[in-house]
Amino acid sequence: MGIVSPGFHGRRRQGDVKLPPGQYLTDDFPVLSAGPTPRVGQDEWEFVVTTETGERHRWSWREFLALPSETPTVDIHCVTKWSKLGTTWTGVSLDTLLADVETTADYALARSYGGYTTNLPLEDLLDGRAWLAYRFDGEDLHPEHGGPVRLLVPHLYFWKSAKWVHGLDLLTQDEPGFWETAGYHDYGDPWLEQRYQGD
Amino acid sequence: MARLVETRDETPTARTLVLDVPGWPGHLAGQHVDVRLTAADGYSAQRSYSLAAAPDGDRVELTVQNVPDGEVSPYLTGVFSVGDPVEIRGPVGGWFVWRPDDPAPVTLVAGGAGVAPLMAMVRARRAAGSRVPFRLVYSVRTPDERWYAGELRRPDPGVEVFPLYTRAAPDGWPRPPGRLAKGDLAGWGWPPEFDPACFVCGPTGFVEAAADLLVALGHDPRRIRTERFGPTGG
Repeated sequence: MGIVSPGFHGRRRQGDVKLPPGQYLTDDFPVLSAGPTPRVGQDEWEFVVTTETGERHRWSWREFLALPSETPTVDIHCVTKWSKLGTTWTGVSLDTLLADVETTADYALARSYGGYTTNLPLEDLLDGRAWLAYRFDGEDLHPEHGGPVRLLVPHLYFWKSAKWVHGLDLLTQDEPGFWETAGYHDYGDPWLEQRYQGD
Repeated sequence: MARLVETRDETPTARTLVLDVPGWPGHLAGQHVDVRLTAADGYSAQRSYSLAAAPDGDRVELTVQNVPDGEVSPYLTGVFSVGDPVEIRGPVGGWFVWRPDDPAPVTLVAGGAGVAPLMAMVRARRAAGSRVPFRLVYSVRTPDERWYAGELRRPDPGVEVFPLYTRAAPDGWPRPPGRLAKGDLAGWGWPPEFDPACFVCGPTGFVEAAADLLVALGHDPRRIRTERFGPTGG
């Protein structure tokens, strides 16, 4: 237990809900990003997977929408300490997108319009744990929240769910992304409270 | 562990906390800390606050806006007393920072409480004896909501401060009250041709609007760094 703050009682408003350590509940949908919001039209958006051999797989908006979609309802946890429960998205599973991609890579670096990057182990993108989401709560994903398409990897802190996602580099070696080179944890498991380097 | 050594009220609802943190490693202007409060039964709550002052040995300063229905800020602005301990972790963040060795001119755009990390930059500039030209565009609802008002009124050569009022301006103020507009940033920020470093901090809606206006004025998006205070802070 930490140092007791004299006179602090706190507000145990979570009730029975179990949250990752250090998180609090919000009903809002706060925004975290490092710069201006890129505006990417659906007609210009494309998703590109580049394997470790340089092979490229591309999907235009139209090709992407033709893929089978899923509508996961998931809890999300931001490293800035808010958690939002039961959020509903529509997107395409990474299992679907990567089904025909031949790779021996262990790592992935997600790249976004605007230059943002974030790294993840490739296995964290598979087995029904990650999506490219294009709708939130039944509506097109707003640019502020990463539209037209963002990565959705709810089991990791939400900075791993890259907004305005443009592509995925599949890599044989881990390559830290934007926040990961700015002091944040390489993996980012909210249940282990892996916020910063050294956690 | 930190201990509160002094408080200063910036407004009736915002208080600066001066903390003594033995072994503080120093920080860059723009970084933040995590403050963790623990109740007697072990329950704890954490929030992030920007560091408001330049590095100064073991002293750090935070300015906390009291959010009436918040969980942490009413404690920090009301109950927390000189001599009390508190757990802090940091400094955190390596992106929204100004380094005194960066020669580019700086445009700071603050909305309300978002002025705190930008004030740290103004103070770090002064502490370093830097001559980098700074401009601060500071949007608040009314004059009495300004933080650091006395300090920002005192002349600080090379730092120009442009207050902007959205609800009510002082008598005779040349700009009518209203939200930050393109003309404000065109007139008061450095022009894009100077390739300034732009730092924008405030509530999400303000930051979205200000960053979009800077892009529309021709600033390179990569030169615009943003930090947002979520609506659920507190």
